[in-house]
Amino acid sequence: MTTAAPPLIRQRAETSAARASQVWKVYGTGEAQVVALRGVDVELERGRFTAIMGPSGSGKSTLMHCLAGLDSVSRGQVFVGDTEVTGLNDAGLTRLRREKIGFIFQQFNLLPTLTAQENILLPLAIAGRKPDQQWFQTVIDTVGLGDRLGHRPNQLSGGQQQRVACARALVSRPEVVFADEPTGNLDSRSGAEVLGFLRRSVTEYGQTIVMVTHDAVAASYADRVIFLADGQIVAELTGPTPERVLDTLKSLDRTAQPGTEL
Amino acid sequence: MLRATLKSLLARKLRLVLSGLAVLLGVMFVSGSFVLTDALGRSFDNMFSSAMAETDVLVTARPAIDVSELEGESVPGMLAAADRDAVAAVPGVAEVVGVVQADGARVIGTDGKVVASFGPPRFGANWTGETGGLELREGRGPTSADEIAVNVTLAELSKLKVGDRVGVLTTQPKKLFTLVGVFGYEGGLPGQGPVHEVRFTEPVAQELMLGAPGAYTSLSVTAAPGTDPAALRDAIKSRLGDKYVVQTGQEAAAAIAGDFKTILSLFNNILLGFAGVALFVGTFLILNTFSIIVAQRTRELALSRALGASRRQVIGSVMVEALAIGLLASVLGLAAGVGVGALLAKLAADFSSLVLASISLPLAAVISAFAVGIGVTVIAALLPALRASRVPPVAALQEVATPDRPLTRLTVSGASIGALGAGAIAFGLATSGDAVMWLLLGGVLATFIGVSLLSPVLARPVVSVLGRLFSWSVPGRLGRLNSGRNPRRTAITAAALMVGVALITGVNTTISSADRSLRGDAETGFQADLIISGQESPGVLPTFDEALLPRMRAVPGIGTVTAEYNDQALINEEPSWAAAVTDLPAVVRDLSLVAVAGSLAQPGPGEVVVDDQNATEAGLTVGSTVTVKLPKGEPASYRISGVYQRAPFYGGYIFGTDVVPGMRFPQPSFAYVRLADGADDAAARKGLEALLVDSPEMLVEDKQQYLDRELGEGAQLLLMIQILLGLAIVIAVLGVINTLALSVLERTRELGLLRAIGLSRAATMRMITVEAVVITVFGVLLGVAVGIGLGAAVVQGLADEGLSTLSIPWPAIGLYLAAGAALGVLAAVLPAIRAARINVLTAIAHE
Repeated sequence: MTTAAPPLIRQRAETSAARASQVWKVYGTGEAQVVALRGVDVELERGRFTAIMGPSGSGKSTLMHCLAGLDSVSRGQVFVGDTEVTGLNDAGLTRLRREKIGFIFQQFNLLPTLTAQENILLPLAIAGRKPDQQWFQTVIDTVGLGDRLGHRPNQLSGGQQQRVACARALVSRPEVVFADEPTGNLDSRSGAEVLGFLRRSVTEYGQTIVMVTHDAVAASYADRVIFLADGQIVAELTGPTPERVLDTLKSLDRTAQPGTEL
Repeated sequence: MLRATLKSLLARKLRLVLSGLAVLLGVMFVSGSFVLTDALGRSFDNMFSSAMAETDVLVTARPAIDVSELEGESVPGMLAAADRDAVAAVPGVAEVVGVVQADGARVIGTDGKVVASFGPPRFGANWTGETGGLELREGRGPTSADEIAVNVTLAELSKLKVGDRVGVLTTQPKKLFTLVGVFGYEGGLPGQGPVHEVRFTEPVAQELMLGAPGAYTSLSVTAAPGTDPAALRDAIKSRLGDKYVVQTGQEAAAAIAGDFKTILSLFNNILLGFAGVALFVGTFLILNTFSIIVAQRTRELALSRALGASRRQVIGSVMVEALAIGLLASVLGLAAGVGVGALLAKLAADFSSLVLASISLPLAAVISAFAVGIGVTVIAALLPALRASRVPPVAALQEVATPDRPLTRLTVSGASIGALGAGAIAFGLATSGDAVMWLLLGGVLATFIGVSLLSPVLARPVVSVLGRLFSWSVPGRLGRLNSGRNPRRTAITAAALMVGVALITGVNTTISSADRSLRGDAETGFQADLIISGQESPGVLPTFDEALLPRMRAVPGIGTVTAEYNDQALINEEPSWAAAVTDLPAVVRDLSLVAVAGSLAQPGPGEVVVDDQNATEAGLTVGSTVTVKLPKGEPASYRISGVYQRAPFYGGYIFGTDVVPGMRFPQPSFAYVRLADGADDAAARKGLEALLVDSPEMLVEDKQQYLDRELGEGAQLLLMIQILLGLAIVIAVLGVINTLALSVLERTRELGLLRAIGLSRAATMRMITVEAVVITVFGVLLGVAVGIGLGAAVVQGLADEGLSTLSIPWPAIGLYLAAGAALGVLAAVLPAIRAARINVLTAIAHE
């Protein structure tokens, strides 16, 4: 990997950052069997911001977990970049997470013992890599945390903590950043800040981001929205607006689950 | 509320198992001690009552010198043949058997060495036929002067067979006998338990064991049919007067067993002391567990408060939990204690060929098990329960747990309690009397509590410094940060380890200071080139034939040989050791003794020299007289002819050789040897050893060898104490495991995150291990610091007893630190595996 080159030029022959092919995920056996994913095929393009939406229990989180190698699939294949995730052992998955994946969680998940800066640099420290000072500075400036780097998580607001978590995910310049409801715990203003920042990192630095969300407004920041229901991809939008996302959701509710909810 | 409590109890099995285990181990130790000593005690009862089965009345002489079992051996008195005849004439007496029995008959085994005893006496006695339950197992009894029989215990240990020629050491040098018989006791008993017995013909026994022809140590009386033993006892008593002790056989058996039981109960108390330490440590563990449980249940407790539970109910819910654990741990601990006690009793019995009485459960074991088990748990849970009751209902609605409270109050109370403890120790060491023991005990306890309360304050800086050692890697750094995260928890876990380590270090410091002080003084003071001496054992002072002295002096290269004889004596009615030397000026030179008053010339008949300390205590000056009673012979007056300065390694009364005939072992037990100038050391030593071939107990050693052997006993004591304190350490390590397991549980989400951003399994385990090692090393450091303090205090307090130098055993302390780190690694194994196995996904999803 040419870490010294600016991210925009980091283009390779293939354009997908992550790919799922005929992925099935089944929990339990017999009576208690639950099928979370039914043969999902999806390709997430490099340098794009993709949102995954769907009602509760649609399998959107499961899909993300499988794409990120956090969960195993029952059938099918998952690739991150040119690495096949399915079939990797724990050591391989650990290496994959170190080198190619960044995470942003709903609960921020910062280490309370470390300062903001230490939290941001933690993935690099774990991997034993030296931070690229210039890139680190860029990330810090983008998230606007310059004066808060010495603070511990409990001295930061929720929005600030999530910005630290974003910076942590981006600082190692992973192949893909997976964001699981990143604004779920934030008020709308802080949420907007975080989403704006994610958007910028895609547009300006060519970062690939996959985000699971409930929120139509959040989804509207993405380049592309994939809708899941009952473990299958049922719709897709490009260039979404909040209204179009809501309309799609409503139509899904009517067609896929007549008589339930709403 | 009760149901809610029990449900939450079940939900937290792991941590409760661990803290319950601590109580269980402590209870096991306590009840095991009781079961062990009870079984051994009843075994002794059986043994002595069977030995006395055929004796209706026993007549013994009052001890010539009566010393308590703990201070030395009492010197038995003797009865004369005339006394036997007098008893025989009492109406109602069917038969009187004169018994000669004294400790100190050492058989030389087939390997040429004296058959060793680990404490039980080695009796030399007269053959009285198959009486008193004695049965021949092989051969016959001795009939001529050069024949002996031995008991089964001794025959097995010595591997001697009937027909062998056997060397026996007694109060006289080695004599050769033919072994003609092996005997045991009724009911298949191999002998009087672990006791070694050699039976001679009566005149030989009297000559060799008592040095007094015609004398007996006791008379065993059989009553005529129809005569009541108690009535006969009174009749004999009125005939003999007050000079002798007259008891029925049962009374005598009980009295002998009573002596053993005194020792057993002392032994029991020592075991209980160690059990107490273990339980004290267990208290820390329980306190910690309950504190953590309460902290974790804050929301739940607040919720129950918000729903209307009273403070009392909250306290009750925590206390019920403690009670349940205490009860369960007591029951299981008691069961385990019975098992362990029975096992140890069996081992002890096998080791000493004692016939073990049946194992039973003494009431004391049951009562103490429950009192201690439930008591400790409930007391330890009290503070956390009070804290739980102070959780405000509003906490149910708040996201974050209560912030760390400031440590000021804890620190202040820790400092004051610690100072109080140190003060009590200082005062205890400075004063004397009955209160000393309690002052010291209370002082040490208060010191421990004080330091434990101070430890959270110490934890931050110490842990941060310690952690730097591991900071070179990310997992190490994270581990360090985690251990500094909750200073109270880290501190109390470490403090539990501190207790055991402090006691071990304290004892080691004291022993090493004693060693150093004595060695230092002895190394400069000892001027003899070689020392001939034997390893002392209870009841026996190894000696060699005084006829060898001239032949020793004739060995090429030998300059002077000065012999010393020793025995107990009553001097002005006080039990003391008496020494007799062949040449006092030589001893003065060889041991660098210094005259304080009078002359240190060889004491003539009726003269004695004493050290200044004894002189001051007894109010003696040159010219004053003392009454001296030796084991054999009548009291006599001696004049103080000189006073010398007490050396740390030498003191006491020194006589001329005129007192030797009054000693039980009228042979030299020591000799100080000077070599001639330019002599061949090795050749001279060989020459001396060749002469001592018939005294296998005697060793020819130079100063260094002599001191190493004599001071080696301290090392054995230390080893024993370390083994007994092992349990306290084990419990402390359980505490570390507990704390780590809880940390892993609490930080599931964090661990999941770390794994999600690329921390490998191995690195996760390393992180937990570093946390454990930091805790244990911190505990050992605290313990070492407190231990050195305790040791220094003891050394200071014993300065009068010759402890002049404080010597800190650095190599041992280094070892303790290394062992602490190793224990940390060990304690981390299970929690680390658990941490590494955390499923990343569920950890992060986990709310």
